[in-house]
Amino acid sequence: MSGPSDFQPSNPALKWIERRLPIFGLIHSSFVAYPTPRNLNYWWTFGAILSMMLALQILTGVILAMHYTPHADLAFKSVELIVRDVNYGWLLRNMHACGASMFFFAVYIHMFRGLYYGSYKEPREVLWILGVIIYLLMMATGFMGYVLPWGQMSFWGATVITNLFSAVPYFGESIVTLLWGGYSVGNPTLNRFFSLHYLLPFVIAGVVVLHVWALHVAGQNNPAGVEAKTEKDTVPFTPYATIKDAFGVSCFLIFFAWFIFYMPNYLGDADNYIPANPGVTPAHIVPEWYYLPFYAILRSIPNKLAGVVAMFSAIIILCFLPWLDSARTRSSKYRPLAKQFFWIFVVVCILLGYLGSQPPEGIYVIAGRILTVCYFAYFLIVLPLLARIETPRPLPNSIADDVLAKSKGRAATAASVMLAMVVAGSLLVGGTQTAKAEEGGNAPPAQAWSFSGPFGKYDRGSLQRGLKVYKEVCSACHGLSYVAFRNLADAGGPGYSEAQAAAFASEYKIKDGPNDQGEMFERPGRPADYFPSPFPNEQAARAANGGAAPPDLSLITKARSYKRGFPQFVIDFFSQYQEQGPDYVDAILQGFEEKVPAGVTIPEGSYYNKYFPGHAIKMPKPLSDGQVTFDDGSPATVKQYAHDVTTFLMWAAEPHMEERKRIGMQVFVFLIIFAFLMYFTKRKVWADAH
Amino acid sequence: MTTASSADHPTRRDFLFVATGAAAAVGAAATVWPLVAQMNPDAATIAAGAPIQVDLAPIVEGQDIKVFWRGKPIYISHRTKKQIQEAQSVALSSLPDPQPDSARVKAGHDQWLVVIGICTHLGCIPIAHEGNYDGFFCPCHGSQYDSSGRIRQGPAPANLAVPPYAFLSDTKIQIG
Repeated sequence: MSGPSDFQPSNPALKWIERRLPIFGLIHSSFVAYPTPRNLNYWWTFGAILSMMLALQILTGVILAMHYTPHADLAFKSVELIVRDVNYGWLLRNMHACGASMFFFAVYIHMFRGLYYGSYKEPREVLWILGVIIYLLMMATGFMGYVLPWGQMSFWGATVITNLFSAVPYFGESIVTLLWGGYSVGNPTLNRFFSLHYLLPFVIAGVVVLHVWALHVAGQNNPAGVEAKTEKDTVPFTPYATIKDAFGVSCFLIFFAWFIFYMPNYLGDADNYIPANPGVTPAHIVPEWYYLPFYAILRSIPNKLAGVVAMFSAIIILCFLPWLDSARTRSSKYRPLAKQFFWIFVVVCILLGYLGSQPPEGIYVIAGRILTVCYFAYFLIVLPLLARIETPRPLPNSIADDVLAKSKGRAATAASVMLAMVVAGSLLVGGTQTAKAEEGGNAPPAQAWSFSGPFGKYDRGSLQRGLKVYKEVCSACHGLSYVAFRNLADAGGPGYSEAQAAAFASEYKIKDGPNDQGEMFERPGRPADYFPSPFPNEQAARAANGGAAPPDLSLITKARSYKRGFPQFVIDFFSQYQEQGPDYVDAILQGFEEKVPAGVTIPEGSYYNKYFPGHAIKMPKPLSDGQVTFDDGSPATVKQYAHDVTTFLMWAAEPHMEERKRIGMQVFVFLIIFAFLMYFTKRKVWADAH
Repeated sequence: MTTASSADHPTRRDFLFVATGAAAAVGAAATVWPLVAQMNPDAATIAAGAPIQVDLAPIVEGQDIKVFWRGKPIYISHRTKKQIQEAQSVALSSLPDPQPDSARVKAGHDQWLVVIGICTHLGCIPIAHEGNYDGFFCPCHGSQYDSSGRIRQGPAPANLAVPPYAFLSDTKIQIG
């Protein structure tokens, strides 16, 4: 830790290298012999968890970049192709997208832990500030990564966030133009964001090295907040901390896997499954959950510049924390008042996050202002004041004494862990609440889907009937452009043979060319072809449909959602409910009514739909009883049609869902066994330390 | 008694350590699998590599065309009588990669040579109708192939590969 290491490898080859580059000694002194306080609790394992997350994000990100196309016209499609066609592409994308959320989740716990135990205090100020820099870099990286899929939220998130800089007096517009590389967010913006999104994680890794270096110079803080004095206060990093961290990581992976395999879109926004459209802003622009508290602060200030300044100040103020809180006692365990204010501050942050997800109107604005004041008051008034007036409780003489006294304080620790878990849980789920205000639609009734739940599978018969409904009815106006005929024979799909898929394809006329004469021609479809769209371009689709282009249906069940509301969305997390999209699509198909209720006016050329937001839909009632005849004797009713075609469209949106759930179950069984093994191994290892 | 229990204790501990280590190794291997497998061709690429059909009718004697299959240039040569004769009469023992012409064309379709136009040396595209053997000449490193696509001179170790193909009719082939 300090001074040259006395470590000497015994292997002559390693010895030879060590004399010339003492790298093994460095590793040995930093990660093996390094003395770590023996009273660290599990909140300290988040450092290791974050290191793993960074490595995982870089790894999956580098892989995704092998398949991704950073071009405004191709980016959205390339992401879909990753998910549909690349081997395990769905897994890699889920790992990366959910991984970003997990990374922030872990970093927030890491930061609150530092706050609670005073890990920013002398001599760890630089360590803390480096952490704040990492956090800022993470925010920039996360934001630019979110832009890359080039969906509606990507595009409008990029527009809103880059426009923050237009608040800068005098230079604002020039800065924004510089960021965009154009007159608006467009292809140059996407290209540079991709480049920077690839670069910044390596910058983060570099700052992490400095962070760990600073940590190893000052030594780790610990729950007691007293410095290690004798050898009795510490244990060697390996095996003690290593094994404990590994156990923490394995538990965290279980939590992570829940999202990857069972709730991959829970933290995302349905709007981002709609390709970027510079002409239409989504009804409610909401950033990803991890930015919501700062977004709430931004919106609380009714002045553009002041709002932006307040938002950035809310982060920058963390850099000054070591001097704002001048109390000598580090750990809040021994600061009765600071401890209470800490928990109030945690609640303030969570509530700000909730408000950030709500529409900026009425009570939400007032609450946002009050909480913004509370946020800053914690740093600028409460902490400086407490340092002067609070009488801390007596500190233990040493870490060893703290360990001996630990059994007494166990109940309180358990309570604080419980509270923290509840708080963390609601922090997590609070973010998922998208700020979709009531848009005048009724909540669609929840349907029973064969594909819901951890063991859900598509009903083959339903998929085949749904394909028939799509082909005979929907395909007249709606494309299905991400689905290829070959997919009909894929495992986990409608269950056709390859010959059947080829025969199905050959019924279609596909435009191909140019031929040797330079002319386009039509030929029968092949399995590799995609479902042809009914209109050659969006303008034609618009012109033929009274001004409203019928959306492509490939992703419709993922691109549509509705507000679940509190506490339903919390329950959804545990029940794995993620069928808002299918419920909505099914409801729309059945929601047409001849009689318009009193008080609702439907403009000319629109139709009344009970479940459509605003009730006036441009699509006429598409399905009626008896329209499609099923070979298998299923009832020829709108209800049946709607159910089958929705099932088919869910498959079209996520063809690998069965594989995802199947592998998910295997991963879960493995991770749970592994976590148990790690736990007992950790206990065995630590048995020596006491 | 004491000896037995102290000997027993490390054994159980060792078993636990080995089991945990083995589980970690299994987990790591299972994680690496998809990370590597993603580099293989994706489903769209594989689907696009389906067999193609080529109409031979427009190709006159002495002419050759280049078509692409799985991203590879395929030379389809309509050989002249002279070329066929040359290909058939050469002594096999004089060839670096001995192969009779009959093994490189389809029986009854001697006039059609279908080869993958990629030099077996380092992957450049040989030029048709060039070189000393009435066949192909690779400009990169000077390999020369004859009118049957066999290596005759230069650094290439093997003949131009014949792709899998079949005659659907006298004037139509399917490659792949």
